[in-house]
Amino acid sequence: MSLPARVTTLTVAFLVVAVGVAFVVVHYLLGGPPTVNYSASSSGQVNLVMQTDASSSPQAVPSAPTWVSYFIRDPSSGAWVHTTLFTVPAHTRVNVTILGYDGSTPLRNQVFSKVTGTMGGVAYYGTTPVKVANGWNGNPNFNIQHTFAIPGINLSVPIQAGPGTCLTGPCTNNQHSTTKFSFMTPAAGVYRWQCFVPCGLSFLDGNGGPMQTIGFMTGNMTVVS
Amino acid sequence: MAATTSAPAESGQREPNHGLRIFLIWLPLALAADLIIWFVWGPHLPPGDLGSAAQGQQFDISVMAVMAAPVMIFVLAYAAYALIVWRHREGDDEDGPPIHGNARISATWIGVTAAIVLSLFVFGTYELVVPAGAGAGEGNTPIWTPGGTPLQVQVIGQQWRWTYRYPQFGGFETTALVLPVGQEIQFNVTSLDVIHSFSAYQLGVKADANPDVNNVAYTKTLAAGTVQVRCFELCGLWHADMTTVGHVVSVSAFKAWAAASKVQLAALTKILPPYSLTYDPNSVAQLGQAFVKAGLSGAGGNYYGAQYPVQP
Repeated sequence: MSLPARVTTLTVAFLVVAVGVAFVVVHYLLGGPPTVNYSASSSGQVNLVMQTDASSSPQAVPSAPTWVSYFIRDPSSGAWVHTTLFTVPAHTRVNVTILGYDGSTPLRNQVFSKVTGTMGGVAYYGTTPVKVANGWNGNPNFNIQHTFAIPGINLSVPIQAGPGTCLTGPCTNNQHSTTKFSFMTPAAGVYRWQCFVPCGLSFLDGNGGPMQTIGFMTGNMTVVS
Repeated sequence: MAATTSAPAESGQREPNHGLRIFLIWLPLALAADLIIWFVWGPHLPPGDLGSAAQGQQFDISVMAVMAAPVMIFVLAYAAYALIVWRHREGDDEDGPPIHGNARISATWIGVTAAIVLSLFVFGTYELVVPAGAGAGEGNTPIWTPGGTPLQVQVIGQQWRWTYRYPQFGGFETTALVLPVGQEIQFNVTSLDVIHSFSAYQLGVKADANPDVNNVAYTKTLAAGTVQVRCFELCGLWHADMTTVGHVVSVSAFKAWAAASKVQLAALTKILPPYSLTYDPNSVAQLGQAFVKAGLSGAGGNYYGAQYPVQP
Protein backbone atom coordinates (compact mmCIF):
# COMPACT_ATOMS: atom_id res chain seq x y z
CA MET A 1 0.00 0.00 0.00
CA SER A 2 1.35 3.39 -0.93
CA LEU A 3 2.11 6.03 1.65
CA PRO A 4 -0.83 8.29 0.69
CA ALA A 5 -3.19 5.34 0.85
CA ARG A 6 -1.93 4.39 4.29
CA VAL A 7 -2.24 7.95 5.54
CA THR A 8 -5.75 8.18 4.14
CA THR A 9 -6.76 4.87 5.70
CA LEU A 10 -5.34 5.88 9.06
CA THR A 11 -7.08 9.25 8.94
CA VAL A 12 -10.42 7.71 8.04
CA ALA A 13 -10.10 5.09 10.76
CA PHE A 14 -9.23 7.77 13.31
CA LEU A 15 -12.21 9.88 12.28
CA VAL A 16 -14.57 6.89 12.52
CA VAL A 17 -13.40 6.13 16.05
CA ALA A 18 -13.53 9.81 17.05
CA VAL A 19 -17.06 10.20 15.73
CA GLY A 20 -18.11 7.01 17.51
CA VAL A 21 -16.68 8.19 20.80
CA ALA A 22 -18.30 11.60 20.39
CA PHE A 23 -21.64 9.95 19.66
CA VAL A 24 -21.44 7.80 22.77
CA VAL A 25 -20.47 10.75 24.94
CA VAL A 26 -23.12 13.09 23.60
CA HIS A 27 -25.94 10.61 23.15
CA TYR A 28 -25.51 8.35 26.17
CA LEU A 29 -23.37 10.12 28.74
CA LEU A 30 -24.47 13.70 28.32
CA GLY A 31 -27.96 12.90 27.07
CA GLY A 32 -30.91 12.33 29.32
CA PRO A 33 -34.25 13.75 30.25
CA PRO A 34 -34.58 17.47 30.94
CA THR A 35 -34.95 18.95 34.40
CA VAL A 36 -38.09 20.80 35.39
CA ASN A 37 -37.38 23.68 37.72
CA TYR A 38 -39.83 24.54 40.43
CA SER A 39 -39.57 27.64 42.56
CA ALA A 40 -41.66 28.77 45.46
CA SER A 41 -44.82 30.67 44.67
CA SER A 42 -45.82 33.90 46.37
CA SER A 43 -47.10 31.83 49.27
CA GLY A 44 -43.62 30.45 49.77
CA GLN A 45 -44.68 26.99 48.69
CA VAL A 46 -44.06 24.81 45.67
CA ASN A 47 -46.87 23.13 43.78
CA LEU A 48 -45.46 20.09 42.04
CA VAL A 49 -47.75 18.34 39.56
CA MET A 50 -47.03 14.95 38.07
CA GLN A 51 -48.94 12.20 36.32
CA THR A 52 -48.50 8.48 35.93
CA ASP A 53 -49.40 6.72 32.72
CA ALA A 54 -49.77 3.05 32.00
CA SER A 55 -47.99 3.69 28.78
CA SER A 56 -46.59 6.74 27.08
CA SER A 57 -46.91 7.35 23.37
CA PRO A 58 -44.62 7.19 20.34
CA GLN A 59 -44.93 10.94 20.04
CA ALA A 60 -43.87 11.58 23.64
CA VAL A 61 -41.33 8.80 24.08
CA PRO A 62 -40.19 7.37 20.75
CA SER A 63 -37.53 5.20 22.37
CA ALA A 64 -39.91 3.27 24.63
CA PRO A 65 -43.50 4.20 23.88
CA THR A 66 -44.99 1.24 25.75
CA TRP A 67 -43.22 1.79 29.03
CA VAL A 68 -45.07 2.94 32.11
CA SER A 69 -43.94 6.39 33.02
CA TYR A 70 -44.21 9.50 35.12
CA PHE A 71 -44.58 12.93 33.50
CA ILE A 72 -43.95 16.25 35.22
CA ARG A 73 -45.78 19.45 34.42
CA ASP A 74 -43.57 22.40 33.63
CA PRO A 75 -44.78 25.21 35.92
CA SER A 76 -43.83 27.92 33.46
CA SER A 77 -45.47 26.55 30.34
CA GLY A 78 -47.97 24.11 31.77
CA ALA A 79 -46.73 21.47 29.35
CA TRP A 80 -46.19 17.89 30.40
CA VAL A 81 -42.54 16.96 30.20
CA HIS A 82 -41.31 13.40 29.93
CA THR A 83 -38.83 13.46 32.75
CA THR A 84 -38.35 12.46 36.36
CA LEU A 85 -35.83 15.15 37.19
CA PHE A 86 -36.95 18.26 39.00
CA THR A 87 -35.52 20.92 41.25
CA VAL A 88 -37.13 22.49 44.29
CA PRO A 89 -35.89 25.01 46.85
CA ALA A 90 -34.57 23.83 50.21
CA HIS A 91 -36.60 23.94 53.42
CA THR A 92 -39.78 24.66 51.52
CA ARG A 93 -43.20 23.11 51.64
CA VAL A 94 -43.92 21.16 48.48
CA ASN A 95 -47.54 20.40 47.63
CA VAL A 96 -47.59 17.41 45.33
CA THR A 97 -50.46 16.46 43.07
CA ILE A 98 -50.19 13.21 41.16
CA LEU A 99 -52.77 12.41 38.52
CA GLY A 100 -53.09 8.66 38.21
CA TYR A 101 -53.73 7.43 34.68
CA ASP A 102 -52.83 3.83 35.43
CA GLY A 103 -54.82 0.90 36.77
CA SER A 104 -54.00 -1.02 39.91
CA THR A 105 -50.96 -3.14 40.55
CA PRO A 106 -50.19 -4.69 43.93
CA LEU A 107 -47.13 -3.84 45.90
CA ARG A 108 -44.56 -6.52 46.33
CA ASN A 109 -43.93 -5.37 49.87
CA GLN A 110 -46.94 -4.04 51.70
CA VAL A 111 -44.80 -1.93 53.99
CA PHE A 112 -44.98 0.70 51.27
CA SER A 113 -48.74 0.85 51.68
CA LYS A 114 -48.13 3.20 54.56
CA VAL A 115 -47.83 6.92 53.97
CA THR A 116 -44.65 8.22 55.55
CA GLY A 117 -42.71 11.44 55.49
CA THR A 118 -45.58 13.70 54.49
CA MET A 119 -46.91 16.57 56.55
CA GLY A 120 -49.28 15.02 59.03
CA GLY A 121 -48.31 11.56 57.85
CA VAL A 122 -51.21 11.62 55.46
CA ALA A 123 -51.98 11.69 51.75
CA TYR A 124 -55.33 12.44 50.12
CA TYR A 125 -57.07 10.31 47.57
CA GLY A 126 -59.28 13.02 46.20
CA THR A 127 -60.46 14.49 49.47
CA THR A 128 -60.17 11.30 51.48
CA PRO A 129 -57.25 11.23 53.91
CA VAL A 130 -55.22 8.05 53.73
CA LYS A 131 -52.53 6.85 56.11
CA VAL A 132 -52.38 3.21 55.07
CA ALA A 133 -53.55 2.32 51.58
CA ASN A 134 -54.67 -1.07 50.43
CA GLY A 135 -51.65 -2.12 48.43
CA TRP A 136 -52.76 -5.72 48.56
CA ASN A 137 -54.31 -7.50 51.48
CA GLY A 138 -55.59 -10.62 49.87
CA ASN A 139 -58.67 -9.14 48.31
CA PRO A 140 -59.03 -7.71 44.83
CA ASN A 141 -59.94 -4.26 46.02
CA PHE A 142 -56.44 -2.98 46.36
CA ASN A 143 -56.41 0.59 45.29
CA ILE A 144 -52.92 1.67 44.38
CA GLN A 145 -51.06 1.78 41.12
CA HIS A 146 -47.59 3.12 41.94
CA THR A 147 -45.74 4.81 44.75
CA PHE A 148 -43.77 8.01 44.98
CA ALA A 149 -40.94 7.49 47.42
CA ILE A 150 -37.85 9.49 48.34
CA PRO A 151 -36.00 7.10 50.67
CA GLY A 152 -33.45 9.72 51.69
CA ILE A 153 -36.13 11.67 53.58
CA ASN A 154 -38.26 8.61 54.38
CA LEU A 155 -41.04 9.89 52.13
CA SER A 156 -43.28 7.16 50.74
CA VAL A 157 -46.73 7.64 49.29
CA PRO A 158 -48.82 5.00 47.53
CA ILE A 159 -50.60 6.50 44.54
CA GLN A 160 -54.29 5.82 44.16
CA ALA A 161 -55.28 3.62 41.25
CA GLY A 162 -56.99 5.39 38.39
CA PRO A 163 -60.42 4.56 36.99
CA GLY A 164 -58.80 3.35 33.81
CA THR A 165 -55.51 3.03 32.07
CA CYS A 166 -54.35 5.69 29.67
CA LEU A 167 -52.00 4.29 27.07
CA THR A 168 -51.12 7.51 25.28
CA GLY A 169 -49.29 9.52 27.89
CA PRO A 170 -49.10 12.32 28.67
CA CYS A 171 -52.84 12.17 29.12
CA THR A 172 -55.13 15.12 29.54
CA ASN A 173 -58.57 13.63 29.99
CA ASN A 174 -60.40 13.53 33.29
CA GLN A 175 -60.21 9.76 33.76
CA HIS A 176 -57.63 9.85 36.46
CA SER A 177 -57.24 9.55 40.19
CA THR A 178 -55.84 12.43 42.20
CA THR A 179 -53.37 11.86 45.01
CA LYS A 180 -52.20 14.85 47.00
CA PHE A 181 -49.72 15.26 49.80
CA SER A 182 -47.21 17.78 51.11
CA PHE A 183 -43.73 17.51 52.47
CA MET A 184 -40.89 19.77 53.52
CA THR A 185 -37.78 19.71 51.41
CA PRO A 186 -34.53 18.98 53.23
CA ALA A 187 -31.19 20.75 52.86
CA ALA A 188 -29.66 21.17 49.44
CA GLY A 189 -28.64 17.99 47.72
CA VAL A 190 -29.71 15.36 45.23
CA TYR A 191 -32.32 12.89 46.44
CA ARG A 192 -33.32 9.95 44.31
CA TRP A 193 -36.91 8.95 44.13
CA GLN A 194 -38.57 5.87 42.77
CA CYS A 195 -41.73 3.79 42.53
CA PHE A 196 -41.82 0.69 44.71
CA VAL A 197 -44.50 -1.11 42.75
CA PRO A 198 -42.68 -3.52 40.45
CA CYS A 199 -44.37 -2.12 37.38
CA GLY A 200 -41.74 -2.82 34.74
CA LEU A 201 -43.95 -4.67 32.35
CA SER A 202 -42.39 -7.86 30.99
CA PHE A 203 -39.08 -7.38 32.77
CA LEU A 204 -37.72 -9.82 35.30
CA ASP A 205 -39.36 -9.29 38.68
CA GLY A 206 -41.04 -6.22 37.21
CA ASN A 207 -38.05 -4.13 38.18
CA GLY A 208 -36.33 -3.73 34.83
CA GLY A 209 -36.90 -1.32 31.97
CA PRO A 210 -38.79 1.74 33.18
CA MET A 211 -38.01 0.92 36.81
CA GLN A 212 -34.29 1.23 36.13
CA THR A 213 -34.36 4.10 33.67
CA ILE A 214 -34.32 7.71 34.76
CA GLY A 215 -37.13 9.53 33.03
CA PHE A 216 -39.73 6.81 33.61
CA MET A 217 -40.40 5.47 37.13
CA THR A 218 -37.42 6.85 38.97
CA GLY A 219 -35.41 10.02 39.02
CA ASN A 220 -33.85 12.71 41.13
CA MET A 221 -35.19 15.55 43.19
CA THR A 222 -32.50 18.20 43.29
CA VAL A 223 -32.90 20.52 46.24
CA VAL A 224 -31.22 23.87 45.76
CA SER A 225 -30.47 26.38 48.45
CA MET B 1 19.24 -14.70 50.54
CA ALA B 2 20.56 -18.19 50.98
CA ALA B 3 23.79 -17.25 49.29
CA THR B 4 27.08 -18.06 50.88
CA THR B 5 30.53 -17.47 49.57
CA SER B 6 32.81 -20.38 48.81
CA ALA B 7 35.93 -18.63 50.05
CA PRO B 8 36.92 -15.82 52.36
CA ALA B 9 37.17 -12.38 50.90
CA GLU B 10 40.25 -11.96 48.77
CA SER B 11 41.33 -9.03 50.84
CA GLY B 12 41.84 -11.43 53.72
CA GLN B 13 39.47 -9.54 55.93
CA ARG B 14 37.01 -11.62 57.86
CA GLU B 15 33.52 -11.40 56.42
CA PRO B 16 31.17 -9.89 59.03
CA ASN B 17 28.21 -11.88 60.26
CA HIS B 18 25.63 -10.36 57.97
CA GLY B 19 22.85 -12.55 59.28
CA LEU B 20 23.37 -11.34 62.83
CA ARG B 21 23.55 -7.75 61.68
CA ILE B 22 20.29 -8.04 59.77
CA PHE B 23 18.67 -9.77 62.72
CA LEU B 24 19.73 -7.00 65.07
CA ILE B 25 18.35 -4.41 62.71
CA TRP B 26 15.14 -6.34 62.18
CA LEU B 27 14.39 -7.25 65.80
CA PRO B 28 13.80 -3.76 67.29
CA LEU B 29 11.98 -2.58 64.18
CA ALA B 30 9.66 -5.59 64.19
CA LEU B 31 9.08 -5.30 67.91
CA ALA B 32 8.26 -1.61 67.64
CA ALA B 33 5.97 -2.18 64.68
CA ASP B 34 4.06 -4.94 66.47
CA LEU B 35 3.66 -2.89 69.62
CA ILE B 36 2.38 0.07 67.61
CA ILE B 37 0.02 -2.14 65.61
CA TRP B 38 -1.37 -3.87 68.67
CA PHE B 39 -1.72 -0.99 71.08
CA VAL B 40 -2.04 2.10 68.87
CA TRP B 41 -3.38 1.14 65.47
CA GLY B 42 -5.31 -1.99 66.41
CA PRO B 43 -8.11 -0.35 68.39
CA HIS B 44 -8.85 1.85 65.39
CA LEU B 45 -8.83 -0.85 62.75
CA PRO B 46 -12.08 -1.51 60.91
CA PRO B 47 -14.84 -2.41 61.32
CA GLY B 48 -14.77 -1.20 64.94
CA ASP B 49 -16.08 -2.81 68.07
CA LEU B 50 -19.79 -2.06 68.11
CA GLY B 51 -20.64 -5.76 67.84
CA SER B 52 -18.99 -9.02 68.77
CA ALA B 53 -18.48 -9.95 65.13
CA ALA B 54 -16.87 -6.59 64.41
CA GLN B 55 -14.71 -6.89 67.50
CA GLY B 56 -13.63 -10.35 66.39
CA GLN B 57 -12.80 -9.08 62.92
CA GLN B 58 -10.80 -6.23 64.40
CA PHE B 59 -8.90 -8.73 66.54
CA ASP B 60 -8.30 -10.96 63.51
CA ILE B 61 -6.96 -8.10 61.43
CA SER B 62 -4.73 -7.00 64.30
CA VAL B 63 -3.32 -10.51 64.73
CA MET B 64 -2.65 -10.83 61.02
CA ALA B 65 -1.04 -7.41 60.93
CA VAL B 66 1.16 -8.34 63.89
CA MET B 67 2.22 -11.50 62.08
CA ALA B 68 2.72 -9.81 58.74
CA ALA B 69 4.65 -6.79 59.93
CA PRO B 70 7.84 -8.67 60.98
CA VAL B 71 7.89 -10.48 57.67
CA MET B 72 7.51 -7.27 55.71
CA ILE B 73 10.09 -5.51 57.86
CA PHE B 74 12.53 -8.36 57.38
CA VAL B 75 12.18 -8.11 53.60
CA LEU B 76 12.65 -4.35 53.68
CA ALA B 77 15.54 -4.52 56.16
CA TYR B 78 17.28 -7.17 54.10
CA ALA B 79 16.78 -5.15 50.91
CA ALA B 80 18.09 -2.00 52.54
CA TYR B 81 21.06 -3.84 54.04
CA ALA B 82 21.90 -5.38 50.69
CA LEU B 83 21.65 -2.09 48.90
CA ILE B 84 23.99 -0.42 51.38
CA VAL B 85 26.50 -3.10 52.32
CA TRP B 86 26.68 -5.05 49.07
CA ARG B 87 26.40 -2.14 46.73
CA HIS B 88 28.82 -1.78 43.83
CA ARG B 89 31.88 0.24 44.81
CA GLU B 90 34.07 2.41 42.64
CA GLY B 91 36.87 0.42 41.03
CA ASP B 92 35.48 -2.94 41.98
CA ASP B 93 34.76 -4.67 38.68
CA GLU B 94 35.01 -8.23 39.90
CA ASP B 95 32.14 -10.63 39.84
CA GLY B 96 30.55 -11.52 43.09
CA PRO B 97 31.46 -14.80 44.75
CA PRO B 98 29.70 -17.91 43.44
CA ILE B 99 26.50 -18.82 45.20
CA HIS B 100 25.80 -22.21 46.68
CA GLY B 101 22.75 -23.52 48.41
CA ASN B 102 22.46 -23.39 52.15
CA ALA B 103 20.28 -26.15 53.52
CA ARG B 104 19.96 -24.61 56.95
CA ILE B 105 18.73 -21.27 55.68
CA SER B 106 16.41 -22.93 53.17
CA ALA B 107 14.95 -25.18 55.83
CA THR B 108 14.50 -22.25 58.19
CA TRP B 109 12.81 -20.19 55.50
CA ILE B 110 10.45 -22.99 54.50
CA GLY B 111 9.77 -23.91 58.09
CA VAL B 112 9.00 -20.39 59.24
CA THR B 113 6.75 -19.57 56.31
CA ALA B 114 4.96 -22.91 56.60
CA ALA B 115 4.41 -22.34 60.30
CA ILE B 116 3.00 -18.87 59.64
CA VAL B 117 0.62 -20.06 56.94
CA LEU B 118 -0.55 -23.11 58.88
CA SER B 119 -1.04 -21.13 62.06
CA LEU B 120 -3.10 -18.59 60.11
CA PHE B 121 -5.19 -21.43 58.72
CA VAL B 122 -5.89 -22.79 62.20
CA PHE B 123 -6.43 -19.33 63.63
CA GLY B 124 -8.78 -18.33 60.80
CA THR B 125 -10.84 -21.48 61.14
CA TYR B 126 -11.10 -21.07 64.88
CA GLU B 127 -12.11 -17.46 64.52
CA LEU B 128 -14.81 -18.37 62.05
CA VAL B 129 -16.30 -21.21 64.07
CA VAL B 130 -16.16 -20.06 67.67
CA PRO B 131 -17.86 -16.65 67.39
CA ALA B 132 -20.91 -18.17 65.68
CA GLY B 133 -19.94 -17.56 62.11
CA ALA B 134 -18.11 -14.30 62.74
CA GLY B 135 -21.00 -12.21 61.45
CA ALA B 136 -21.15 -13.89 58.07
CA GLY B 137 -24.27 -15.37 56.51
CA GLU B 138 -24.42 -19.08 57.34
CA GLY B 139 -27.33 -20.06 55.13
CA ASN B 140 -30.71 -21.17 56.40
CA THR B 141 -29.34 -23.90 58.66
CA PRO B 142 -26.48 -22.28 60.52
CA ILE B 143 -23.91 -24.66 61.95
CA TRP B 144 -22.50 -22.22 64.49
CA THR B 145 -25.10 -20.64 66.72
CA PRO B 146 -24.79 -18.56 69.87
CA GLY B 147 -26.43 -19.59 73.10
CA GLY B 148 -29.49 -18.03 74.63
CA THR B 149 -32.44 -16.50 72.83
CA PRO B 150 -31.25 -13.96 70.29
CA LEU B 151 -33.36 -11.07 69.14
CA GLN B 152 -34.79 -11.98 65.75
CA VAL B 153 -34.49 -9.28 63.11
CA GLN B 154 -35.56 -10.07 59.60
CA VAL B 155 -33.75 -8.09 56.94
CA ILE B 156 -35.66 -7.79 53.67
CA GLY B 157 -33.86 -6.50 50.62
CA GLN B 158 -35.72 -5.09 47.66
CA GLN B 159 -34.80 -2.78 44.86
CA TRP B 160 -33.77 -0.42 46.41
CA ARG B 161 -34.38 -0.30 50.10
CA TRP B 162 -33.87 -2.37 53.21
CA THR B 163 -36.81 -3.08 55.49
CA TYR B 164 -36.80 -4.90 58.83
CA ARG B 165 -39.33 -7.11 60.58
CA TYR B 166 -39.36 -7.88 64.28
CA PRO B 167 -41.25 -11.16 64.73
CA GLN B 168 -40.90 -11.13 68.52
CA PHE B 169 -42.79 -7.84 68.62
CA GLY B 170 -45.84 -8.72 66.59
CA GLY B 171 -44.06 -8.88 63.26
CA PHE B 172 -44.17 -5.19 62.45
CA GLU B 173 -42.07 -4.06 59.52
CA THR B 174 -40.21 -0.80 59.29
CA THR B 175 -37.50 0.96 57.36
CA ALA B 176 -35.62 1.68 60.60
CA LEU B 177 -33.01 -0.66 62.03
CA VAL B 178 -32.94 -0.32 65.79
CA LEU B 179 -31.15 -2.78 68.08
CA PRO B 180 -30.66 -3.04 71.85
CA VAL B 181 -27.17 -2.97 73.27
CA GLY B 182 -25.75 -6.07 74.92
CA GLN B 183 -28.09 -8.41 73.06
CA GLU B 184 -27.37 -11.38 70.84
CA ILE B 185 -28.91 -10.63 67.44
CA GLN B 186 -30.02 -13.12 64.80
CA PHE B 187 -30.38 -11.51 61.38
CA ASN B 188 -32.61 -13.45 59.02
CA VAL B 189 -31.70 -12.02 55.65
CA THR B 190 -33.77 -12.48 52.52
CA SER B 191 -34.77 -10.65 49.35
CA LEU B 192 -37.97 -9.97 47.46
CA ASP B 193 -36.40 -9.66 44.04
CA VAL B 194 -32.77 -9.89 42.99
CA ILE B 195 -29.66 -10.75 44.99
CA HIS B 196 -28.63 -8.11 47.48
CA SER B 197 -26.06 -8.30 50.25
CA PHE B 198 -26.78 -6.92 53.69
CA SER B 199 -23.86 -5.28 55.39
CA ALA B 200 -24.14 -3.74 58.85
CA TYR B 201 -20.61 -2.42 58.78
CA GLN B 202 -19.92 -1.40 62.37
CA LEU B 203 -21.47 -4.66 63.58
CA GLY B 204 -19.24 -6.73 61.31
CA VAL B 205 -22.24 -8.42 59.73
CA LYS B 206 -22.45 -9.25 56.07
CA ALA B 207 -24.89 -11.72 54.56
CA ASP B 208 -26.20 -12.18 51.04
CA ALA B 209 -29.89 -11.49 50.59
CA ASN B 210 -31.24 -14.02 48.11
CA PRO B 211 -34.87 -14.41 47.09
CA ASP B 212 -36.45 -17.56 48.54
CA VAL B 213 -33.51 -18.04 50.93
CA ASN B 214 -33.19 -17.27 54.62
CA ASN B 215 -29.56 -16.42 55.29
CA VAL B 216 -28.77 -16.30 59.02
CA ALA B 217 -26.02 -14.17 60.56
CA TYR B 218 -25.28 -13.55 64.23
CA THR B 219 -23.67 -10.84 66.25
CA LYS B 220 -23.90 -9.42 69.72
CA THR B 221 -24.19 -5.68 70.13
CA LEU B 222 -21.56 -4.39 72.54
CA ALA B 223 -22.02 -0.63 72.57
CA ALA B 224 -24.50 2.02 71.58
CA GLY B 225 -23.88 3.82 68.32
CA THR B 226 -24.81 4.11 64.68
CA VAL B 227 -24.47 1.41 62.08
CA GLN B 228 -23.98 2.06 58.39
CA VAL B 229 -26.06 -0.39 56.39
CA ARG B 230 -25.16 -0.87 52.76
CA CYS B 231 -25.84 -3.28 49.94
CA PHE B 232 -22.69 -5.10 48.89
CA GLU B 233 -24.11 -6.78 45.79
CA LEU B 234 -24.55 -4.78 42.62
CA CYS B 235 -28.32 -4.84 42.31
CA GLY B 236 -29.35 -2.28 39.73
CA LEU B 237 -29.68 1.42 39.14
CA TRP B 238 -29.82 2.59 42.74
CA HIS B 239 -27.56 -0.03 44.30
CA ALA B 240 -25.19 2.64 45.60
CA ASP B 241 -28.10 4.42 47.22
CA MET B 242 -29.39 1.38 49.08
CA THR B 243 -28.20 2.56 52.45
CA THR B 244 -29.63 2.95 55.94
CA VAL B 245 -28.27 4.25 59.20
CA GLY B 246 -29.12 1.81 61.97
CA HIS B 247 -28.99 2.55 65.67
CA VAL B 248 -27.85 0.50 68.64
CA VAL B 249 -29.58 1.91 71.69
CA SER B 250 -30.08 1.02 75.32
CA VAL B 251 -32.36 -1.89 76.16
CA SER B 252 -34.97 0.40 77.66
CA ALA B 253 -34.91 2.71 74.63
CA PHE B 254 -35.24 -0.26 72.32
CA LYS B 255 -38.16 -1.68 74.24
CA ALA B 256 -39.89 1.69 74.17
CA TRP B 257 -39.26 2.04 70.44
CA ALA B 258 -40.47 -1.47 69.70
CA ALA B 259 -43.59 -1.05 71.78
CA ALA B 260 -44.40 2.28 70.14
CA SER B 261 -43.72 0.93 66.65
CA LYS B 262 -45.92 -2.08 67.30
CA VAL B 263 -48.80 0.26 68.09
CA GLN B 264 -48.11 2.85 65.42
CA LEU B 265 -47.71 0.24 62.70
CA ALA B 266 -50.61 -1.97 63.78
CA ALA B 267 -52.77 -1.02 60.78
CA LEU B 268 -49.91 -1.75 58.44
CA THR B 269 -48.98 -5.00 60.14
CA LYS B 270 -52.52 -6.28 59.54
CA ILE B 271 -52.03 -6.21 55.79
CA LEU B 272 -48.53 -7.61 55.82
CA PRO B 273 -48.21 -11.26 54.91
CA PRO B 274 -47.75 -13.52 57.95
CA TYR B 275 -44.19 -13.54 59.17
CA SER B 276 -42.17 -16.05 57.24
CA LEU B 277 -38.48 -16.67 56.80
CA THR B 278 -38.82 -16.10 53.05
CA TYR B 279 -41.37 -14.51 50.77
CA ASP B 280 -41.66 -15.60 47.18
CA PRO B 281 -43.14 -12.61 45.39
CA ASN B 282 -44.19 -14.74 42.47
CA SER B 283 -46.05 -17.40 44.37
CA VAL B 284 -47.60 -15.59 47.30
CA ALA B 285 -51.03 -17.08 47.46
CA GLN B 286 -52.87 -13.95 48.39
CA LEU B 287 -51.22 -12.00 45.65
CA GLY B 288 -52.20 -14.56 43.06
CA GLN B 289 -55.77 -14.60 44.32
CA ALA B 290 -55.94 -10.85 44.17
CA PHE B 291 -54.81 -10.84 40.60
CA VAL B 292 -57.17 -13.56 39.51
CA LYS B 293 -60.16 -11.94 41.16
CA ALA B 294 -59.29 -8.60 39.67
CA GLY B 295 -58.75 -10.06 36.25
CA LEU B 296 -55.26 -8.66 36.21
CA SER B 297 -51.79 -9.79 35.65
CA GLY B 298 -48.91 -8.14 37.37
CA ALA B 299 -45.21 -7.50 37.30
CA GLY B 300 -42.56 -10.04 38.02
CA GLY B 301 -42.16 -13.66 37.03
CA ASN B 302 -45.69 -14.84 36.32
CA TYR B 303 -46.93 -11.44 37.38
CA TYR B 304 -47.75 -10.36 33.87
CA GLY B 305 -48.87 -13.49 32.13
CA ALA B 306 -47.70 -15.40 29.12
CA GLN B 307 -48.42 -12.63 26.65
CA TYR B 308 -45.55 -10.70 28.17
CA PRO B 309 -42.53 -12.98 28.27
CA VAL B 310 -40.09 -12.05 30.97
CA GLN B 311 -36.89 -10.43 29.81
CA PRO B 312 -33.76 -10.59 31.91
